[in-house]
Amino acid sequence: MIPDPWAAVLNAVIYLLLAPVVGGLIAGIDRKITARMQGRVGPPLLQPFYDVGKLFEKENLVVTTTQNFYVLSYLVFMAVSGALFFSGGDMLLVIFAFTLSHIFLVLGAYAAFSPYSHVGAERELIQIIAYEPMIIITAAGMYMVTKSFYVSDIMQSAVPVVLYLPGVFIGYLIVLTIKLRKSPFDLSTSHHAHQELVKGVTTDFAGPNLAKIEIAHWYEYVFLLGVVYLFFGFNPLLAIAAIIIAYFLEILIDNTTSRAKWQLTMRSAWLVAGTLGIINLGVLYYLRMVVVP
Amino acid sequence: MSYLSKSPWIIHYDASSCNGCDIEVLAALTPVYDVERFGIINTGNPKHADIFLVTGSVNEQNREILKNTYDQIPDPKVVVAVGICASTGGIFRECYNVMGGIDKVIPVDVWVPGCAARPEAIIDGVVKALGILEEKRKARKRPAGDRA
Ligand code: SF4
Repeated sequence: MIPDPWAAVLNAVIYLLLAPVVGGLIAGIDRKITARMQGRVGPPLLQPFYDVGKLFEKENLVVTTTQNFYVLSYLVFMAVSGALFFSGGDMLLVIFAFTLSHIFLVLGAYAAFSPYSHVGAERELIQIIAYEPMIIITAAGMYMVTKSFYVSDIMQSAVPVVLYLPGVFIGYLIVLTIKLRKSPFDLSTSHHAHQELVKGVTTDFAGPNLAKIEIAHWYEYVFLLGVVYLFFGFNPLLAIAAIIIAYFLEILIDNTTSRAKWQLTMRSAWLVAGTLGIINLGVLYYLRMVVVP
Repeated sequence: MSYLSKSPWIIHYDASSCNGCDIEVLAALTPVYDVERFGIINTGNPKHADIFLVTGSVNEQNREILKNTYDQIPDPKVVVAVGICASTGGIFRECYNVMGGIDKVIPVDVWVPGCAARPEAIIDGVVKALGILEEKRKARKRPAGDRA
């Protein structure tokens, strides 16, 4: 079913306006909890907003001006994919826009000449290759359960999606670690100081460009947690609780593990997609076709 | 209201320090002092930095690196010389290869005394630097395009 156009536009606008606020707050809470786990007081809750405000006050130092274009495209496509998602659009189109936005980030990092930026870009590509299968399996699984790729249908369906897709849900949580740039899978860049080669994929972005990347991350946070919501669409309260628990687990994993090599990242992400994801879909198919036709 | 003073990111460069001052700089990041309380982050990337912390005196080998790192920091930026070595050359002043304090190569805004400089003094120096950073931001706003 195609969603009601007015409601869709309204939802998209609400997302575009509110997601940076919510995403920034999530980042702030994340930093606070991380600091407490390390026995520190930690920065103020609004620190991510101060950081971005400051970055806009700085000089926009670029190696080549094409970087500006790529960073802006990254931000725009990230916002578009989230807006498509929250307006109840087609999951496959959302995933397509989401991947495209990351490709722009990689291109931006390749546009600069520094070897650190290039290594960061390569690692970002590896991450994309690692998490992409699981994301697509997630969309496929939701289609098998609810018979629709439209987010609006999945959201409204009374079927307890997570009970049909437990393997896919766990698999999604594992690739979420990659997507949120959390240890042990924060290969391309991390939010912790001094963990990677200079600053990985963001090495050659300064000032306003870095601020745009940060805002794109906030949009991304909200979108990714929105996918967690879909698994629990039948019960909004449960869904919110699941999001909070999932995010807390991510912070805990981030603070208790050290970074893995790219081989391990790739292998674990694909292993998860190949076992939990595919087996889950296989069982579902079997049940649908053979047991309850 | 400026955000600059609420989120100063630091890059630390060891010119030719005895390592005493470096250890004190890193001590400021530990849970005891936890400079992230003030939004301060120790980044390894000059392009993300606002404050340039330098320990140790400058010598013929690293003057280029020091200058290059300084040039890569986007405006507005401030330089803090941590310890006597960075300020004047300290006990290494007479060495045949040492040029002296880092102000021989780059403009310094704040000098932090001590051998080694205490973490409290370093944090004090950074807080002083924030005021200067704010002035530089305002100065940058007024005339259009006055990049050095
Ligand atoms: S000031 Fe003292 S402690 Fe610091 S680098 Fe120089 S000699 Fe070492």
